[in-house]
Amino acid sequence: MMPDELISALFPQGHTISPGAENTFSGQARVAGKTVEVLGIADSTPLGPETALVLAGRVLEIVRLRSGAPIVFLIDTASQRMTRRDEMLGLNEYLAHLAKSITLAGVSGHRTVSVLYGTAAAGAFIATALSTQTMVAVDGAHPSVMDLPSIARVTKLPLDVLTEKAKETPVFAPGVAPLAATGAVSEVWKISDRQCAERLAALLAEGGQDDADHRDVLGASRGGRKMAADVARRVEAAFTHDATVSEAR
Amino acid sequence: MEKFTIQAQAKEPLGGERSEAVTGVVASGNLEILFERNKDSLVVTVEVMTASHGYKPVWDAVIRDFVERVSPGGMHISIHDNGARPDTVLLRLMQGARLMEAQS
Amino acid sequence: MIPKNVMSEPSWYESSARARIEGLLDSGSFEEILPPQSRVMSPHLALFDLPPAFDDGMIVGRGQIDGCPVAVAAQEGQFMGGTFAEVSGAKLVGLLRGVAHSAGTRQGVGAVLLLLDTGGVRLQEANAGEMAVSETIRAIIDVRRAGVPVIALIGGRAGAFGGGGLVTACCSHVVISEQGRISVSGPEVIETNKGVEEFDSRDRALVWRVTGGRSRVLLGGADSYVKGDVGSFRKAAAQARNSTPSFSLETLEREQERLTERLKLYGSCHDTPEIWRIAGLPEPEGIADMTEDDFMSLLAKEGLHHDAR
Repeated sequence: MMPDELISALFPQGHTISPGAENTFSGQARVAGKTVEVLGIADSTPLGPETALVLAGRVLEIVRLRSGAPIVFLIDTASQRMTRRDEMLGLNEYLAHLAKSITLAGVSGHRTVSVLYGTAAAGAFIATALSTQTMVAVDGAHPSVMDLPSIARVTKLPLDVLTEKAKETPVFAPGVAPLAATGAVSEVWKISDRQCAERLAALLAEGGQDDADHRDVLGASRGGRKMAADVARRVEAAFTHDATVSEAR
Repeated sequence: MEKFTIQAQAKEPLGGERSEAVTGVVASGNLEILFERNKDSLVVTVEVMTASHGYKPVWDAVIRDFVERVSPGGMHISIHDNGARPDTVLLRLMQGARLMEAQS
Repeated sequence: MIPKNVMSEPSWYESSARARIEGLLDSGSFEEILPPQSRVMSPHLALFDLPPAFDDGMIVGRGQIDGCPVAVAAQEGQFMGGTFAEVSGAKLVGLLRGVAHSAGTRQGVGAVLLLLDTGGVRLQEANAGEMAVSETIRAIIDVRRAGVPVIALIGGRAGAFGGGGLVTACCSHVVISEQGRISVSGPEVIETNKGVEEFDSRDRALVWRVTGGRSRVLLGGADSYVKGDVGSFRKAAAQARNSTPSFSLETLEREQERLTERLKLYGSCHDTPEIWRIAGLPEPEGIADMTEDDFMSLLAKEGLHHDAR
């Protein structure tokens, strides 16, 4: 089912979004008088090869048109689909193909923004919302890498101990706030604020002239990833300036 | 995690020209050791960080044995241990010393 | 005493990440960035009472293969499963950004070699690790856009799972050995979530048929298949950098076709022998049991070539 309330909040100037195959939907909308492409996934659908191909295929069609129109992704997926058959067929390639297609759009002049309105986890999160230039979370968003009970199982720690630790650090806990702190989520909107359309227009107007990935810098400024940006910068500087020797001391 | 530092006096400085060497991996039942060279000194400093609690006397014995065998004077040795057995620890220490002794 | 012929052919699977780099690059050419003595380590493991590693299980730097400059990054699969985490991930991302930005300059390199050996995201640092995977993917694409091929070498103990599976498929070229495994959800994860009847993770033959190197190269998930010794990986890495697809709309359109076709042909199969039968391979049941030489001549005969990635 399409998220009608969200769609009307984002696109009050009108749209042609309609349901497509594999629990996806797509169409166009008007934002600040300009046409934007809209593409989405609904109903917390686990991301399998079929869904990934539908989404990637549409993204590639849009890039082929060379319109430069922004693309807004509305995301409510789950984890990647967990079946032996999907893995046998090379699910990693299908998910990577979607991630590459969305990234290609971003570097080909299309402003890419994802609006997360449901769940997204693990590989499906990487292949969808995390592949856009900017991610926004709205009501109902629940991003995660893995749920705490599963993390507890893998790390062999009792769930209550883990829950306690999650209060000390945003580095592993699921949810919008911890992922915003690490730089994944740029902005958090509320549909009831009635400002979604305005804020989307502002985001799209920012344009994508700067291709660089600044999410680690954002994560550092918000305190959720204090080291990543600095470590990446040091390695890059050492590599480009041949300063490996002085860096080692 | 338990952390402690063990110091010992060697009879001679360790030969070789390498300024540092690393050996081993922090895998289960294994450890990594980083050797670094202090200037002309006979002191051996070993900083241990270990996941197994309560084994400091065993570490003392292994390191004494190592210092006796190799005389690694001037070595600053840092260890991350994930439950390695004493014989593995000694083996890695000997490997590290051999790497440091290599020419250039 | 270890016999000489075994010593001269160290196994990729058995080697540490540092030993793999040593065997891959021209002797003495490796210059490590943020080496162990820099002590750039995970700030998060202490919270879980886990010992850190001096390099956080990620070794990055530059070196040469046959005199040609390359960038190299290697995950240590024995430390925390070779996982993507805040520091390990940032080292890889920084290296890739450095390669992209130095392309065409005096500091530029002819290829990036990614020695992946990973269970995926480090769950103790799940959010930072997830971001590291996403940032790695973006940085790989920037490297490829700058005209530098990124070559994945898969054959370690931890395989290339989770986000590591996605990263693999974003590279220009994938080299794999029989022991190499690529997947998103690991067999254990699928069994835990969906039950043993969906995926019996203790059925090792099944696990290998689904995720292993032979299946991946036959189906298109890998481009080159090598025997499991370090020397073979070196040879394949040196060759691969000359024939890789650019990152472009056309490449992704071809990949869309390739993946659509695969789904159409094999989407109703339940096990790999069914796929090989449809693909018309001789002895579809016997693929796993062939000798390495027989398998490699089968590959050569079939002329498998997957250029769209």
